[in-house]
Amino acid sequence: MSTIQPKVGETVSDELALVQAAKGGDVNAFEELIRRYDRNVFRIAQHITQNREDAEDVVQDAFLKAYNNLKQFQGQSKFYTWLVRIAVNEALMKLRRRRPERTVSLDEEVKTEEDSVPREVADWSPNPEQQYSQAELRDILTRTIQGLPASFRTVFVLRDVEGLSTEETADALDLSIPAVKSRLLRARLQLRERLSRYFHRRDGASAQQKLETGDGNQ
Amino acid sequence: MKCSDFLQELTNYLDGAIDARTKAELEDHLAWCHNCYVVCDTTKKTIEIYRDSQLYELPEDLRTRLRTAIISKCHEKKKAGPEQA
Repeated sequence: MSTIQPKVGETVSDELALVQAAKGGDVNAFEELIRRYDRNVFRIAQHITQNREDAEDVVQDAFLKAYNNLKQFQGQSKFYTWLVRIAVNEALMKLRRRRPERTVSLDEEVKTEEDSVPREVADWSPNPEQQYSQAELRDILTRTIQGLPASFRTVFVLRDVEGLSTEETADALDLSIPAVKSRLLRARLQLRERLSRYFHRRDGASAQQKLETGDGNQ
Repeated sequence: MKCSDFLQELTNYLDGAIDARTKAELEDHLAWCHNCYVVCDTTKKTIEIYRDSQLYELPEDLRTRLRTAIISKCHEKKKAGPEQA
């Protein structure tokens, strides 16, 4: 069985030059940095906040904060990792504001009902995503990942959706490498478990029915 | 190797972050344990489905609006001077 390869994560050779130019007051250079990473920041922010308006605010606030603090960027990490760290913090602040009743922390030791022991071990259909329309699939994926605790969701998004390395994820979230690995394993297994309810081998009609009644998400 | 040992190494295995000997042991386990094979395969598919999904794409018009707003504030800051940010 082949391993998973990251989608992004290439270091762009001229990135440091753009950062240096932006530090010197070249707004056009900073605009180029925005163009490179605005989609990523928006996606990360919306995954964490689960709210589109908040995600829009996070994009603006994170880039402005980065611009205003460029001098503090020393270049030990990639600019993107540094930017993600700012964006994650902004997004978590938004989440806390919306859910003051719940403490939202990346450090929390999350106790969930689902542990990491798989219960659903039925194989999936060969092309499970083709059982559903694009809109249905988006709905399934969105609802499924939204059910994860914020700390698991964030690690999964940075590692598996955005393609940051384990070290970069640890750096961006201020977590230890074992903590990132532990959260990632649990996030992957919980998502797999939940998606199995939609994707395991069965006839198409019952799968559709489950989606429509929404009982596959509980 | 027990199934619980396999699960502990699943993330490292999928990320290719293991040495050759451990990889061989895991693959030996996969060869006879159908449950672990299914869990491994469907976990890999889970990652791929999310990676390939286009959740939360930034629409081009919103993208332009956000970038314009950010750049405008950057220009304001530049005019005001670095100390007054």
